[in-house]
Amino acid sequence: MRIESKDQFDALRTEAKKLEDSHKRKILVCCGTGCLATGAKEVAESFAKEIEERGLDVEVGLGVKSTGCHGFCERGPLVVFQPEGLLYTKVQAKRVPEIIEKTILGEELIPGLLYKNPADNERIPAYEEIPFYKNQVRVAMRNIGRIDPTDLMDAIAHDAYTGVAKALFEMTPDEVLDEVEVSGQRGRGGAGFYTARKWRSCKAAPGDRRFVLCNGDEGDPGAFKDRSIMEGDPHSVLEGMIIGACALGAHEGFIYVRDEYPLAVVNLQVAIVEARKLGLLGENIMGSGFDFDIQISRGGGAFVCGESSALMRSLAGKTGEPRAKYVHSTEKGLFDLPTVLNNVETWAGIGAIIHHGGAWFAAMGTKKSKGTKAFSLVGKVKNTGLIELPMGTTLRHIIFDIGGGVLKDRPFKAVQTGGPSGGCIPEDLLDLPVDYEKLTEAGSMMGSGGMIVMDDRTCMVDVARYFLGFLTEESCGKCTPCREGLKQMLAIYDALIEGRGREGDIEKIEALANGMQLGSLCELGKSAPNPVLSTLKYFRSEYEAHIRDRACPAGICRELTAFEIMDDCDGCHVCFKACPTEAIEGTIKELHVIHQDLCISCGACLDVCPTDSIRTLPKIELASREVV
Amino acid sequence: MAEQPCVDLSKTEEILASYPHEEPSLIQVLQDVHRAYNYLPCDVLVRVAMVLDVPLAKVFSVSTFYKAFSLEPQGDTIIKVCTGTACHIRGAGQLVEELERKLGIGADETTEDLKFTVKTVNCVGACAMAPVMIVGEKYWGSAKPARMSKYLAEGGHDEN
Repeated sequence: MRIESKDQFDALRTEAKKLEDSHKRKILVCCGTGCLATGAKEVAESFAKEIEERGLDVEVGLGVKSTGCHGFCERGPLVVFQPEGLLYTKVQAKRVPEIIEKTILGEELIPGLLYKNPADNERIPAYEEIPFYKNQVRVAMRNIGRIDPTDLMDAIAHDAYTGVAKALFEMTPDEVLDEVEVSGQRGRGGAGFYTARKWRSCKAAPGDRRFVLCNGDEGDPGAFKDRSIMEGDPHSVLEGMIIGACALGAHEGFIYVRDEYPLAVVNLQVAIVEARKLGLLGENIMGSGFDFDIQISRGGGAFVCGESSALMRSLAGKTGEPRAKYVHSTEKGLFDLPTVLNNVETWAGIGAIIHHGGAWFAAMGTKKSKGTKAFSLVGKVKNTGLIELPMGTTLRHIIFDIGGGVLKDRPFKAVQTGGPSGGCIPEDLLDLPVDYEKLTEAGSMMGSGGMIVMDDRTCMVDVARYFLGFLTEESCGKCTPCREGLKQMLAIYDALIEGRGREGDIEKIEALANGMQLGSLCELGKSAPNPVLSTLKYFRSEYEAHIRDRACPAGICRELTAFEIMDDCDGCHVCFKACPTEAIEGTIKELHVIHQDLCISCGACLDVCPTDSIRTLPKIELASREVV
Repeated sequence: MAEQPCVDLSKTEEILASYPHEEPSLIQVLQDVHRAYNYLPCDVLVRVAMVLDVPLAKVFSVSTFYKAFSLEPQGDTIIKVCTGTACHIRGAGQLVEELERKLGIGADETTEDLKFTVKTVNCVGACAMAPVMIVGEKYWGSAKPARMSKYLAEGGHDEN
């Protein structure tokens, strides 16, 4: 069947909703990458098998769905029961028969599978009562976790493509543009350029052929919102792109996806094929006379390809080297033709903006940053996962209320946002409302929405060095300030963490950073000094300790750090087993001791010690003690 | 140049047949080739350059630019240790070291018997389970050095 008119689409939508309602009760199994790794596929299969064998489909109208990422990856595999809204965590396939017996047929909860709130050890049955979910407002991720991403009818039952129908039949292309402008939406890839402004500048460029591209090359380490959107609701991305193409008069689109996201590639492919079959994509969309088709292009694994001009070169089959910014890609983009490139999350929001209206979107957020934003909350935080919140939410609320605080209740040190182009934000800025401007003012960036929480056991010099190492590897090498600047800075950092730091090193780093900001060709090089400068700004004393005291205050830099077992060791022997170099000696229930000559300062013992009886100290202190 | 190619080119022909013969297809073709042969054999690159009508130097430049490509044969099982930020601060480095102790190879190296190749990758987007290691197709979340033997033994097979 092909949809030939708006009436047919509306009829199909009614039918899809009826189909959805035919299952009075539903089991939603999260099948995002995280949950799949812990056995979600087997869980979904067992539910399907049990339902079939017991004939529950007909009898109680029970259906099971494999959905995209529910976001709370930490507790996976996750299973949600509808209409009750009950959440079970860490569900394994072998428990499925018991769940069917007790929870589905007996209406009885299984306490062990309920979420336990780390704040008060209270078990919470309802999905929406859990702090992690309670505070979220979902726009781009509106259907993730609710639909089976490979089932187009399911997506349509949840309002997918209604924005397309509205844009094609009830609005002119200019009205679509106006609506996006009213929404105030800005690019979700990091730079925060106004979507409507970008579209208008492309539309004004001369030429008959233009392109609509989706940037799914989510390269920032610590960010995975785009992966989850492409995996969990690929139709939202297609819908946004169709609407964009309609506004711009484009007929060709490309989605550039990282090759590291195999499930995203598969789900997007399925979605494209299904949408074409129904006439929602391809020639004569919904019988409107408008043609637009999308192809998927898999990236080759280069961080720099997230940069717009590099991405377009890569799409053309070339190496991903950026070009100077005075040529705008909205005028001369892919194949030197006018092109609009938006991030996955940006596209995913467009359908909702057209469906609900720009004013609805603009009512959320702050003065200059409208709407909601997806973040991946990771690192040393209790509730890791994916969240979407109105712009302007404070970091404290995100980390402590939604995230549940720092892992093992250790002291909070910093939160890193914006990936390698971002910076580290310290504790005294925790009340900062998160939006584009505020993060930039704090020396960081919105970036891809990665938030990496760091505790006192994170060395800020090491973190800055980590990003420099990353960028040195990923710099394309085209311009000198970036290529050489990174290399020289990395050499200084290597000296710092190995205890060879010298007075004047910090000043040298600052000078190099300044040069890179001024002279680099693309944003990769220009923003590369951010992790360096923000750690220097907020954690300068740690740098000074590395240089002057030959000490790493966090106890991470190996050349500077020694480990020691304290007298309150109860001899549990756990560290003995964890030590990779057999440097720990001791019999069970007796005080253990670390042989310093064998110890490689990896910290494995400290991480596993249940009684916190292992401490770090500067190596230099240990040496002086031996002399005495 | 009458030398016989040392790899079977029929798979290459099949891949080439499914793409338009033009430069924009290059990366997609190389990805499929890499999947089919587990690396980019030199003879294949020559053939790809000819069919797509792209200079061999450009094919070589693309092959060495992107991280996904290797010009050396890879092990049967690829071990990817994620070294994204979240994994880094949760101890990914210790996993790489443990692999070095167990297999005698560092990052981007292959064991002599061509069984394993170790790679470090920049974020696989599974940060919530950091540190993450992927053995073959199998993801291991909250990976610990002490469990490395288990990961290596069970990798590739998808059983829990």
